[in-house]
Formats: sequence, structure tokens, C-alpha cells
Amino acid sequence: MRTVIKVPEKYLPLIDREACIRCKRCIKSCSYNALEFKDDKVRVKDGCVSCLRCVIDCPTSAITVVERPSSYAPHAVFSPEIRRSIMAQANSGGVLLSSCGANAEYMDIFNDILLDAAQVTNPSIDPLREPVETKTYLGRRPGKVVVDEDGKIDLDASETPIVVMDMPIMIGHISLGSISYNAQAALFRAATELNILAGTGEGGLHNDFYCHSKNLCAEVASGRFGVTSQYLKEVSCVDIKIGQGAKPGHGGHLPGEKVQKLISETRMIPLGTDALSPYPHHDIYSIEDLQQLISVLKESTEYRVPVGVKIAAVHNVGAIASGIVRAGADFLTIDGLRGGTGSAPRVIRDHAGMPIEIAVSAVDQRLQEEGLRDKVTLCASGSIRTAADMIKCIALGADVVGVCTSAMVAMGCTVCQQCHRGACSWGIATQIPELANRLDTEVAAQRVINMFHAWNEELKEIMGAMGIDSVESLVGNRDRLRYIGPNPRIAEILDVKHSGEGWG
Amino acid sequence: MKDDNSTVVIDAGERNQLGHPLDYRELNRRIRKALSEGQERIVLMNVMGQRYIASATGSPGMRIEIHGTPGNDLGAFLNGGTLEVFGNAQDVTANTMNEGRIVVHGNSGDITGLAARGGTLLVKGNSGYRVGIHIKEFEGSGPSLVIGGFVNDYLGEYMAGGTILVMGINCPESPVGLNVGAGMHGGRIFVRGGLEGHQLGPGACLAELDERDAAAAEDLISQYEAAFAATVDRTVPLRKVMPLDSRPFRGHYDSTTI
Amino acid sequence: MYQHDTRTASPRGPAAPRSFSERSYLVDIPERHKPRHGSCGIAGCMNIDGSLISGSKIEKMITTMSERENGLGSGFVAYGLFPDFADEYCMQFLFENEESQALTEETLSEWVYMIKDEKVPTFPQSGMSPPFPLVWRYFVRPKTGTEAYVRTGLSEEDYMVRLVMSINESVPGSYCVSSGKDMAVFKGSGYAREIAKFYNISRYKGCMWLSHSRFPTNSPGWWAGSHPISILDWSVCHNGEITSYGVNRKLVEMAGYKCTLLTDSEVVTYLWDLMVRRHRLPVTATAFAMAPWYYRDIERLPEDERRLANQLRITYKEAFLNGPFSILVGRSDPVTMIALADRKKLRPLVMGESEDGNSVYAASEECAIKSVQYDAQIWATRAGNPAVVKLGEGIVRRGTEAPFLGAI
Repeated sequence: MRTVIKVPEKYLPLIDREACIRCKRCIKSCSYNALEFKDDKVRVKDGCVSCLRCVIDCPTSAITVVERPSSYAPHAVFSPEIRRSIMAQANSGGVLLSSCGANAEYMDIFNDILLDAAQVTNPSIDPLREPVETKTYLGRRPGKVVVDEDGKIDLDASETPIVVMDMPIMIGHISLGSISYNAQAALFRAATELNILAGTGEGGLHNDFYCHSKNLCAEVASGRFGVTSQYLKEVSCVDIKIGQGAKPGHGGHLPGEKVQKLISETRMIPLGTDALSPYPHHDIYSIEDLQQLISVLKESTEYRVPVGVKIAAVHNVGAIASGIVRAGADFLTIDGLRGGTGSAPRVIRDHAGMPIEIAVSAVDQRLQEEGLRDKVTLCASGSIRTAADMIKCIALGADVVGVCTSAMVAMGCTVCQQCHRGACSWGIATQIPELANRLDTEVAAQRVINMFHAWNEELKEIMGAMGIDSVESLVGNRDRLRYIGPNPRIAEILDVKHSGEGWG
Repeated sequence: MKDDNSTVVIDAGERNQLGHPLDYRELNRRIRKALSEGQERIVLMNVMGQRYIASATGSPGMRIEIHGTPGNDLGAFLNGGTLEVFGNAQDVTANTMNEGRIVVHGNSGDITGLAARGGTLLVKGNSGYRVGIHIKEFEGSGPSLVIGGFVNDYLGEYMAGGTILVMGINCPESPVGLNVGAGMHGGRIFVRGGLEGHQLGPGACLAELDERDAAAAEDLISQYEAAFAATVDRTVPLRKVMPLDSRPFRGHYDSTTI
Repeated sequence: MYQHDTRTASPRGPAAPRSFSERSYLVDIPERHKPRHGSCGIAGCMNIDGSLISGSKIEKMITTMSERENGLGSGFVAYGLFPDFADEYCMQFLFENEESQALTEETLSEWVYMIKDEKVPTFPQSGMSPPFPLVWRYFVRPKTGTEAYVRTGLSEEDYMVRLVMSINESVPGSYCVSSGKDMAVFKGSGYAREIAKFYNISRYKGCMWLSHSRFPTNSPGWWAGSHPISILDWSVCHNGEITSYGVNRKLVEMAGYKCTLLTDSEVVTYLWDLMVRRHRLPVTATAFAMAPWYYRDIERLPEDERRLANQLRITYKEAFLNGPFSILVGRSDPVTMIALADRKKLRPLVMGESEDGNSVYAASEECAIKSVQYDAQIWATRAGNPAVVKLGEGIVRRGTEAPFLGAI
């Protein structure tokens, strides 16, 4: 019995026949086999994902990709996406996979927040001429410096392991496996050059990348891939991954076909086997157990590096965060539901968790109420797309923002959401050597550097306009934000006033 | 009409019925009245914080002596003549001065010479932060600011023309603070005494004086000596701070259509 | 983030009677009070040998800078004021009416022994807007022997802080404006010359005075929100606007202070109390945390100082007062005056010293100093660099030295 009914194609490459010079470059570019050369012409087949590789590679700009005009009959409730997903599941009986972050407009609160600026009562600052500082620390803070009997400050007793970054930005955890060697090399190189942190992801650390260890945060996830004593000791901080915003409560699965020599060596698993990350850490069934893992990592790293915990933003995130800090975490990462992924069930990606705007604000407020906020570094991630998002996220309470998708975009990613298929035409989310080789590490690194440099300049411009000359004075400074969205209840929860409300 | 050569004396400490000293409005009203009557030599006694003295006045022969402590914005928009302070001046002296001469036999405060585009300011002692900020040249004339002692940070910030000379008299350390010439894109700063690279702001660089610079500096030093009956030791070397470029932040922006 | 005051019993409709705890914003100012110029004025004077200074001197200093105020608040603090009661906490209150006084006294009787209380004489001036508060002072001793006290687990000073916070937060129409030993704050809504006459400041004598005249913009002008803002023996006169207020407030609230005065300036007072009294930080280290050096300048410090500077920036990043300010800070034991401007030097501050070296002054403008001490030697502190003057010792720092000199 044949049960498969074709799911209508979503995208259509249009070829300008006059402009096309029949060089066939587009056919080579397409990693989804959606184009062919037939009858002396480039012809369109099924399977286009709108990754735009052919569009950008075409020397005569002869290709345009559009959404197929033969769309479903309009319906306000049964959107084409919903109908397409029902069709697909009826075909296969499978859990729908997707990648990148949640694809749901209603969750964007950043766009409903406005920033303040200085007028008259305090001078704005020109960051090009006067210093505006963005240096940021990651790690536990002592709360107060220790003063001895004679009234002298005891620095040895006051200092804690701290990582210094030149910007309040961390490139998030993206494992080798989910992205290619070249892509990870580019991110690490950029982090080193910018003197910020980059996460290793859960796939261990390739030998070639130890040269970047001063700027790396080593992830310890439930699969413990590649977690060795060297890995723990040589990096500048260690991060326990409990969850990820794109798939809270979910584990990971790198299919065996991606586990080739490179991945096998780095993850320290046999060639060709699936790399499975269990859903929970099976040594953490409670907060005391988390304390145990934090402690063993601190002991193993001889208390030289900060140890953090990363969780997905879920409904009770404030209380969980407070427990994590009390369990000894030196830094805490909250990943919002729009955060990226190389592969996640669509149902979790789009429906579970909490937007980072609300989560970071809830955690900041909760830690303040419990008198813990001045002891811990709070990192927030989950679709920090631009400098504006970064600034708002910091003012809502984050010390550091984690960025992944935008760094991918800087390298060439077009957010076509096909990472889980491993055929990334840009050479980023793939282990196929001929595709991976498309990414020039040096070029990609420089593009990431350029983007973060520009963000940092924009951060300085905004802080200067607010009359703030150092980024720590923006952290959790909700006074300088106003809400302008449709739901004032959100403003209340964010502890942000509505636009039009003044100080008193 | 009185004799043109006579001097008008105004006592700024004079009390009104409530016992308050002369308000700046009344003080300036009397100054303007005297000037309008052709009295160009005016002496102000017992000045104590009155602001905006002689603002927007100016004629080539005007000469106002100020005894005491004039308030902020002394000589704002000055357009000629001479103001001479026997005491210290407060903040924002010579704000947007266009022409004329202000001589301070003491110190001046922060933001001295803000946005001046002409004239000469001579301060015998020290000055504060942001001295000479955004002074500029226009149609061939630029302001000259001379500070005898030291100044603090942000000297000549945004500077777009004119000349600043800081002499560091009786100043064992560097006579200028940090961020010297931050974002400057015109003009020159002469520093007599120590100056290290880390003190320069973005967009500024160190250079040697050429012949014209040396002549200009010598002229300003002579003016200082004449104004304050001082002798300045010529063996202390001068260094020059100048802009790297007339448009220092060109690469900062991106105008791609988004 | 400010909560409107809902504590007062009286209704707040348009017909409701005005109360002294009502806030005035610029829009409410009568024509004669319309601002002509911006910014606040601060002034301070001190005799190092402890000889007493009449209030008329500080009155003259602050009123010389009348261009800096708009009639929405002024105040004075005197130290060395009550030699006969120097060991008792002097709690000075503004009450809305007898009822708020009675409620306050009820609370006080639970917390402290009353040594003496007296009405503070006031002399309403014709130009000022009634109603005026009742001003009362109580010399008190904390009930430290009781079981209730022991259960709080607090030090004597923290117990007093909690008492002040508790009254200011929850007793309607009652504000404790000072609570230190041998000092008191006199403040209210009006021009400096009006407030000086309202309290007849010239009848008081102290070894140190600080004063403030106000030009409030973003925060309202009202009696209790005027400066100096005081807790225990700390008092702060603040000219500035804190662009990091939300951050600073977080830190002091975590430490148990309640922000009830509707002005960003009150966090400055609590930060001094928190860092110097409770964390026992040296004054210079505290000032550094509030107005730190830039990282690139810290790099040039010798190693020990660099470590200290970085550690202060890391630990006390929420204590960094961003934005423009100049402040005068007073405390007792020994009587000390601290003068500090922000690290970009965006607000004015000058110091003066008499020829004989016994009198030291600080003010927004030189004319305030010269108006009372014509021979004063004038100097300016550097950005973010505190001048510190101590009774009996003299000028400990001039505010032009390397950062941690005199740190102990």
C-alpha cells in the first residue's frame, strides 16, 4: 500500500534565461540537488530550501528564489505550515525535525522595548572621543572584599576565578559535529582575536583547537563526549549543560553517518556510531546532585576556573536559577526558547520554554530578591540577533549575552533551517568534506570579527547616548527601558515601565 | 557724555534693600549702559560669582577690569576688547568667544574656551577639564588659548582649529592630563614639558614643531610674559599635538541599503 | 520603579489638602520659582581644630550660588552639634501632623530608650508653600539589652538603620531625616535662603557643615527628598544624575536598605554606609569603586594597586555611580568631610583652604568659598579623586594624589 502523498514544494528558483550564461555553477552549488542541466538549460527540480547559495554564487545574478505561487488556499487557522506538517507526518509517522530557533513571530518581545537617551539633565557621551568601556567579567564575585583586622584589604582572600572579556558577548556552545571543523575553527579564531569567549559545545575539543583555550568555555553535557582532564584543565571556564532553549528537556542525537574520523576522535566514540546525549545527566536527578557535579569539576580544575551551569528557560526559571547559584555555580546561562539548534523536534522547538526577555528578567529579579545577584555572572542567549537585542537583554539583567545564529549568519548561513539534514550548502552545518571545504576559515573568522566589532561599537553608541560610560552600569538597569508592545502585563513582569511613564 | 578717557567703577558687592549683592543682570545692565555711553574703560570691584559678565559685548577699545571671582560664562560670545580678571575665573570662561582678549591673573575652571572661534585667552595659572573643547578656525582666524600652569583631561577635545599652548610653569609632572586632543581634526596644541603617548586621545598624534609653529609659540609665550610680567625659560622643549586626519572616524560607518 | 506614596491616610484627589510630603515637579512651580538655570549647588566647611562655625557661614556659602537652585529643595547638616548628648543617636523627624508623630513615637518606644526629645523651632517664611512639617528630634539609645534585640541578630548600627527604614517605609507622614550621633539635618522644600531662615540656621554652631541647594528635574522636589540625605552619621549632598541608578539601587536593596525618598541620590548615602561601615572598606577604595579609573589607566598602575583596582571594579560594579556628579559626604567619629566628583568630571567641585590652614571648604563654585574666606587658597580635585578632611588631622587627601594613597 502506498501511503505517500507528495508534500507541495515550498520554494521555486526562477532563472532569468537572458542573463543565464549556462556556466552550471548553480548546479554545483546546490547541495540539495534541486537543479539540473538538461536540454542546454538549467532546469529546476524539487527540493529547493531557499538556502540562496545558487543565488549568491551565480556570476550574472540570474537566479531569484521565490515562495511557490501555487500555495494552499488561504485559511486563517490552518496555515500552509500546519497543513504541510500534517501531510508529512501522515506520510512518515515521524517526529518532525527542524533546526535553528523557534519560528514563531509572537514570541519576540525585544521589538516591543525602547531605549532611553540622555537629554539636558545628564550629558551624553561621544564614544569615539571619550572612553566607553565594554570590558566584562565572567565568574563568581565575592560580594565584598575582605578587610583584615587592621583595616587592610586582603586581596588574596578576595579574588575569585574570573574570565576577562573585551565585550559582553560570548559565542554560544556549538559542537564540532553540529558544525564543521572549518566553521568551529573560524568561531574560535574570532573569539581569540576579539578576546571574548566561545563555547566548545558538547562534542569535546579537537586537538587543533587547544591553541584557543584561553578563550574557550568547555561544555560538560550529559553525553560527556570528549571530556578529559586536559579538556577541563586547559580551558578558561567550564559549563555544565543541563538544557538548551531550542529543546528544553530534550537530549541530543548526532547520527552515525556524521561520526567520521574527525568527530570520532574529538568525541572519543567509535567511528560511525550514533552520538547520543541522554536527556538528563544521569548523575543529576536533583539540585544536590548538581552541587556534586559542580564540586567535582571545581576540585578537578583545582578552583582555577569558573564553573557554570546552562539551562533552558522554563516556567520556573527564577527558582531554578537561584538553586543553581546556591549549588555553587559561578556563572549561569539562560537559553531562551528562540535559541538555535542543529536539530530538534519541531514541536519542542516552537512550543516549549520561555522567551529570553522574560527569562533573563525573571532570573535577575529573583537573584536580587535573594541577595545573590552580586555573586554570579548571568549570561543570556536565545536569538540575540543584533546589537539592539544585546543592549536590551543586558538592560533586562544579563551580564553577558550568548550569540550563535548571528555568528552563523556572519559566516554565510541564511537561516534556511536545514542544519539537521547535514547538507549545508555554506559548509557550516555539515560534515561532508566537499561542502565543509566551501567555508574559508580565515574569511569566515574575519566576518565574525567584523560583526561583533560593529555590535560593540553600536553598544558604545547607545551607552554613550544614555550617559553610561561602562557596560556594568547597564546590567539590569531597567529604568532605562520602556515597553511599547501590545500587552502591558509583559511590562509588569519585565519590571519595565510603559512608554510615556516618567521617573516619579 | 563723560570724558572718553575716564573710568567707570562699578561695585558688584553693593547691597540692595534685601541685603543681596548686585545681581548679574543689574551688573551687566550697568556695563552695557556705560559702553553705550562710550565709556570703554570699566572697573568691576568685589565681584563674587556674578555670571555672564560682559557676555556678547565687544568693541576694539573696550577694557573691563574684574576684581574678585567672576562667575561662570565670563565673556561668553565676546566679540572684541579686553577683559582682565584679577583673581580666578570659574567654569566656561570665554564660551564661544569670537574676538577679543581675556586675561586671567589666576586660574580658570573647567571647559575654558568652549567652542571659541577667535580671540586670545591668557591664564596665568592652571585650568581644568576640557579646556579648548571644540575650538575652531573660520575664515582664516582661529583662537589662541594660553595656560601658564597645567590643565586636566580632554584638552582640545573635538578641536577643529586654533592654537592651545600649555606651559607647565611650576609643574613637575606632565602639564596635561589624559585624552589630549581626543577626536581633534584641526588646529595644534603645544605642550611645554612632559607628554607621553598614552596621554593622547583617539585621532591625535605627536609631532615636532616646524618653523611656523615655533614662531607662533614664541609669539604666545611673549604675550604671556608681557601680560603677567613673567619670564619663561625657553630651554624647556615644546611638543606639538596635531590631528592624524581631518576626518578621523571615516571607517566607523556602513551605509549599505538594508 | 518608584512607587507612588500610598501610605498617607489623606485622600489624594484634587480637593485633598496639600501635605508637606507632597511632591512638586517643575510643572507645579509657581511663577516666581520658574527655573532660570540648571544644576544644584553644594557647599561645605570645616574647622580642623574643632572650633565651632556658625550656621550663618554655610548659609552665606550656599546662597552665594543662588543661580544654581530653583526653590524645590535645600538643606543643611551640622556635625559637633550636641556635645551634651554626643553619645546618643539623634533622630530628627519631619512629621505631617500630630498623628504621624504619635505613631512614630509608638514605634520608637518599642525600639529605643528615649533620653530626651524636643521640638525643633521653625519659622515659616512668607514665600514658602505651606503646609509645613512638624520638626522634632529625639535623643535615643537602642534597646540592646532586650530579647527582641538579640533575636534580630543585628549590630547596634544596623538595628538603627532598620528602625529608620521601617519608619520611613511604613509610618504615614513620618520621615526620619537624620539619625546619627552629634549631628542633625535641617532640610525642606524651598530656596536655600528660605530653608536657612525656616530653621534659623544661624542659631546653630558646629565644627562641620554641609549644604545643598536643589534643582530637581527627573525626581520630585519635596521636604524629605531634599538633601542632605542621611543615615546614621552619614550625610550626602549630591549634585548630579545617576545614569546607573537601577543598578546601584539593586545593590543597596540587596543589603536591606529601602529606597523611600524618591530621589536617585539616596543610594549614594546607603552605598557609603554599606561599604565603609559594614564592609569596612577604606574611604579611598570606596570612592574608587564609585568613580573608578578606566581599565586602560588601571593598566598603568603598579601591580598591587592594579590588582586592587580591578578587584574593586569586579566586586563593586553595582556601586559604580555612572553619570555626572559631585558629592560632599559627612560623617562623625572623627568628623570627616569627603568631596568627590565623577570620573569624567562632569560636575563642578572646588576646594579651598584658609591661609592659617584651619578652615577647609568645598563648593560647586569658587565664589561660595571666597564669599566667606577671601584669602582661601583654591584648588580643584581631579575626576574621581576624593578630597578627605578629618577633624584634628586636617587635609588627609587633596584629591589630586595617586588613587589609593592614604587608603588606611
